[in-house]
Amino acid sequence: MTSFFALLSGLIFGIGLIVSGMTDPAKVLGFLDLAGTWDPSLALVMGGAIAIGLIAFTIARKRSLSLLGLPMQLPTARQLDRRLILGSLTFGIGWGLAGICPGPALVLLGEGVTQGALFIAAMLAGMGIFEWLERRKA
Amino acid sequence: MTIDWTHFTPFSSLSGGILIGLAAAVFVLFDGRIAGISGIIGGLFRPKRGDVAWRSAFLFGLLAAPWLYQTVAPLPEIRVDAGSGTLVIAGLLVGIGTRYGSGCTSGHGVCGISRLSPRSLVATAGFMLAGFVTVLIVRHLFA
Repeated sequence: MTSFFALLSGLIFGIGLIVSGMTDPAKVLGFLDLAGTWDPSLALVMGGAIAIGLIAFTIARKRSLSLLGLPMQLPTARQLDRRLILGSLTFGIGWGLAGICPGPALVLLGEGVTQGALFIAAMLAGMGIFEWLERRKA
Repeated sequence: MTIDWTHFTPFSSLSGGILIGLAAAVFVLFDGRIAGISGIIGGLFRPKRGDVAWRSAFLFGLLAAPWLYQTVAPLPEIRVDAGSGTLVIAGLLVGIGTRYGSGCTSGHGVCGISRLSPRSLVATAGFMLAGFVTVLIVRHLFA
């Protein structure tokens, strides 16, 4: 059942990305281009998602078990460290270069868009580099 | 700043956002987990027992979404302006950055802000700022 709801969530998430316009890299870049002609659409994507998210996470926070009886695994880290800040800035540079973030990348791959496949391959390589550096440090 | 009214899609963007919020709600309420896509992919690099199935199922859902969508309506037009070199560099930066920063637009931007997490607020401010500055440099300073 865990996997069934994961699949359902992934499907709804992907359809939401397509409906919202987030799977069009040109539209994402139109949102990030404050100095040009700015397309504010993506602010509404975030607003709509957070409006529902606020309700869901308020309920989730009060529970120790999910509706399937699984432990509620919400993040517990609190520190605002260099990894968080430098990592997010690095991600933002990549996002601004292509207009693609991980979710839309997977949807583009699903649509059979070759640029999506190339982006995913590079993203997986980047994640692999992270894993390699982490394991070498350990 | 001038608003791009011709490309502004308030209704579909808000509707899509609500669907994304619903997806995150289903995932946390039933499975007790955060719908953070970079984290779901990243976890597959260190597979744990009982972990691979739900991660794969979620990602398969994202991949299959366009197929389901086009049974109802034609897929919207997309445009990728970035060339291959830019896509590779961007992909590498997104892969490394989201793992160091413990999340992306979904995990920090949607779920984290919904949880009012200070870490996610800082992360979201960080990647948005970097995105704005990157586009400013690429489109306006180097163009």
